[in-house]
Amino acid sequence: MALTRRQRARLVRLVTIVVPLAVGAVLIALADWAAIQRAFFQPDIAADLFPDIVTTGVRNTLIYTFFAFVGGLAIGLLMALMRLSSIPPYRWFATAYIELFRGVPAIVTLLAVGFAIPIALDWRVPGDYGPASVALAIVAGAYLAETIRAGIQGVPKGQVEAARSLGMSSTRTMVTIVIPQAFRLMIPPLTNELVLLVKDSSLVYVLGSTADTIELNKFGRDAVAREFNGTPITVVALLYLAITLPLTRVAAWLETRGGGGR
Amino acid sequence: MIPAIEVQGLRKAFGDHVVLDGIDLVVPAGEVVCVIGPSGSGKSTLLRCINRLEEPTGGRILIEGEDITDPECDIDDVRTRIGMVFQQFNLFPHLDVMTNLTIAPRRVRKLPKAQTIELADAMLARVGLSEKVHAYPGQLSGGQQQRVAIARALCMEPDMMLFDEVTSALDPELVGDVLEVMRSLARDGRTMVVVTHEMGFAREVADRVVFMDAAAIVEEGTPAQVLGQPTHQRTRRFLERVLNQ
Repeated sequence: MALTRRQRARLVRLVTIVVPLAVGAVLIALADWAAIQRAFFQPDIAADLFPDIVTTGVRNTLIYTFFAFVGGLAIGLLMALMRLSSIPPYRWFATAYIELFRGVPAIVTLLAVGFAIPIALDWRVPGDYGPASVALAIVAGAYLAETIRAGIQGVPKGQVEAARSLGMSSTRTMVTIVIPQAFRLMIPPLTNELVLLVKDSSLVYVLGSTADTIELNKFGRDAVAREFNGTPITVVALLYLAITLPLTRVAAWLETRGGGGR
Repeated sequence: MIPAIEVQGLRKAFGDHVVLDGIDLVVPAGEVVCVIGPSGSGKSTLLRCINRLEEPTGGRILIEGEDITDPECDIDDVRTRIGMVFQQFNLFPHLDVMTNLTIAPRRVRKLPKAQTIELADAMLARVGLSEKVHAYPGQLSGGQQQRVAIARALCMEPDMMLFDEVTSALDPELVGDVLEVMRSLARDGRTMVVVTHEMGFAREVADRVVFMDAAAIVEEGTPAQVLGQPTHQRTRRFLERVLNQ
């Protein structure tokens, strides 16, 4: 039997509002809140994690992120310029690099830099943070290259023409006119890349770590195994949010403010 | 005397599309040449070939006797002698007016800072915008931006100036100030090539008017000849269309 339009609207309202509310109410009523609290929210276990989880875990997560981001920016800028080069082999190399390290899981790159290269070449990237930071920077460089290329191409062509017509060389034009404007365009996407890196730094556990270089996620997992309880994961999640939320807020703010100079 | 600009048999094609088909043009030093013609006639491309923002497909271009189509030519050096002003102003939005004016004199001409500031102050006064020295381009009106762009080109103390439809993007009430600056440059005896739709300006200021249509120069002569008594049908039709607006 066909429904009238009004009947159909009422049915849709029922399905989209009433049903989820009912399901939620049933779940809340049935849930074993005491068990959930025991498993994930034990204040004494949480308290025991401090201050080490911040002074070691958060600190090392920030260190890996910093090295990966700075290294990734350098690699990314180089690859972006090569990709835009008029010399074909440069373009081919940059394209191959970008496709390779975006296409392969970051964990594979980590294992390659951390284990495969030392075995094959009998040489290891020096420093406690070295191998993992280099691997993360290599991967970040591939993603940042595309962000930077888009930023450079987002600068109007007339800017280059004006600079060249004043007698500036192509290099001088790139450095004084194009890149400063490109970075302004790139602040929001770069902030997003930074947030992704904060989270990707949790992958460095595959290379193993010492008590000094352990990052936030691994710190939490070790605590879970030790305490046989889920509370540390809750703390870890909250600490990640404490790092990433301010960053995404800053990105959103910059985006709304976006390009005030133009 | 060697002419400022000499274009010989210039050809430019984008793929199969021929934009300039055998252009010959001589601009003696001190002359003001206005290039007019319907859109798509190739006049902007001609101008952009003169400082090689567009690479010519064939022919030669001599700037003060130097062949700039020669691969050995240092085009960056030649460009310091050719000022160019664009339809869209193309000021550097991340730099204030003073830096827009001083960056090329400092970085390209390697002049000392004090001298570039002096130069910039003088040129800004010349276009009547001394009070805007610390403004950013985004804070200026279109007409003001275009006058700053003219001042920026003048700060290189070029031997000649190219103007590419510099009033086309402006609101009508702002056109006058920009034309006034260009008039004063012409009075100073500066070599200028002006691509324009401003027939009044061409009539009043040009030593010579060049009419282009369909990738070629159709006729050229004094403003009185070309604008007053055009010999070609195509020129007459174009002028009728433009002047009846």
